[in-house]
Amino acid sequence: MTSPTEAAAARVFAETAQGRRNRLAETAARTVFLLMSVVMIVPLLVTVGALVYKALPALSLDFLLTNPSRGMRAGGIWAPFLGSLYLVVISLLIAAPIGVLAAVYLNEYARDTWLTRLTNLAVVNLAGVPSIVHALFGLGAFVLFAGIGRSVLAASLTLAIMTLPVIIASTKEALGAVPMAFREACWNVGATRWQTIRSIVLPNSISGILTGIILQVSRAAGETAPIMFTGAVFYKAIPEGDLFAYGLFDQCMALSMHLFTISTQVPNVPEAVSYGTAVVLLGTVLSVNALAIALRYYLRSHQRW
Amino acid sequence: MQPTDPKLRLVDLAVEFAGKPALRGITLDVGRNEILGIIGPARSGKTTLLKAINRTLEFIPEARVRGAVLIDGEDVYGMRNVYQLRRRIGMVFPLPVGLPLTIYENVAFAPRAAGVRDRAELDRRVESCLRQAALWDEVKDRLHHLGTRLSGGQQQRLTIARALSHEPEILCLDEFSIAVDPVTTMRIEAVLRELRARMTIVLVTNLVHQARRLADRTAFLLNGALVQVDATERIFSDDPGNRLTQAYVSGSFG
Repeated sequence: MTSPTEAAAARVFAETAQGRRNRLAETAARTVFLLMSVVMIVPLLVTVGALVYKALPALSLDFLLTNPSRGMRAGGIWAPFLGSLYLVVISLLIAAPIGVLAAVYLNEYARDTWLTRLTNLAVVNLAGVPSIVHALFGLGAFVLFAGIGRSVLAASLTLAIMTLPVIIASTKEALGAVPMAFREACWNVGATRWQTIRSIVLPNSISGILTGIILQVSRAAGETAPIMFTGAVFYKAIPEGDLFAYGLFDQCMALSMHLFTISTQVPNVPEAVSYGTAVVLLGTVLSVNALAIALRYYLRSHQRW
Repeated sequence: MQPTDPKLRLVDLAVEFAGKPALRGITLDVGRNEILGIIGPARSGKTTLLKAINRTLEFIPEARVRGAVLIDGEDVYGMRNVYQLRRRIGMVFPLPVGLPLTIYENVAFAPRAAGVRDRAELDRRVESCLRQAALWDEVKDRLHHLGTRLSGGQQQRLTIARALSHEPEILCLDEFSIAVDPVTTMRIEAVLRELRARMTIVLVTNLVHQARRLADRTAFLLNGALVQVDATERIFSDDPGNRLTQAYVSGSFG
């Protein structure tokens, strides 16, 4: 038995037709978004799972530290692994300083002229150029024109050209996230632009800048096309366990190229060897990305406004 | 009524943004140890006027400045060292800006940028500026905490301490009390009355009563033009001698 007050309350709080529609729409939207997230993540998990499962028989420390042998049908991936390491590190040593300094100039110093706008446009467009085009540019500019020849250096330079625009773009974004009011406050007390950049802008954008750079590691490590014409070779044995086995002007093996070779060019490679190579490549990339996330998280927790 | 020995003179100062006039030929003198109030509705050019004084308008590419700004008779637009100029002027804008540094570093920033390295001298300046900004007692035990974590009112006083840290000759305040509670506003106003003994103060304010409380003389800007500048008592009297001024201060428009 409901009292008149309760009945009135029930009427007031009863669901209207509009309220019901809103609730259904809300549920539907939520379900669709959830499904899409699942659709995105399932293939990733399945791929990684399958790769690791098939690679398990091959994976060991020896696999990492021995050269490929018997026409790449046995042995490990030492030469390509070290080659990839060289290419990534050297290309970033070239691209990161140039990219960061260029971004600082474009974001902090450059006036808004047609030249600046053209440069910014070029940066955005270069970031979207397919890697094979960078490869041809590297071949023409570094290998042939500059006369460096196919080498670690030429391949690294090509990778640097490829990652540079993305580093510039991500650094600019990180710098742009520092509120303009901080800069104005510094200028108002007579600080120069450089004093402002050094003491306020860079310390507060460093997390974004570093994350942007680190994410380019995985891109540089994964690309095959840019290094194929400029320095990576099918096979080259190097002293095992020697971290300085490659010289700047040597040709080198690389993980991405090696994976391409053994999966498409060499018959009868044991499954575990190709999957093992893929897992090492993926593992390297994922751990570098994890490092980027950890770094970002750490620096974010130190954010100062 | 003009000061006989002006600290700051604006001579036919005109500013355009991409061809649109923001200031239309302002001629105005500010005396030594004077508080000049500047009142006027939004978009009348008050902030632009302040930015023209310390040449931060130069950061806005489409701004064009004509006329002259003289400090002690010297045209600021002819000065070679703009950083030196900006250190002679303290600026406080409406919204408090605590730099993402510690409270101590916020105040020590400008002296350090000017080349002061001596720790004792920095300590002395930090304490004296925080005291002048009526903030010292609240923060003296946590000078090495972040300035950005202070409350809005505290950050505005920190901003004022920073504006004093390079020992300016002229202090410009642009609606400093917008983000500050009335009690803090009163405390800062008391500070300004004390500072007047040592510097020239230009006080832009939307609160006509603030100008009335503080200013020796008051200027009324409208649409980028100077309508009237006169002794504050006269501006706020029943007959300021100008119909527009009277209408504005009595609240009939604006």
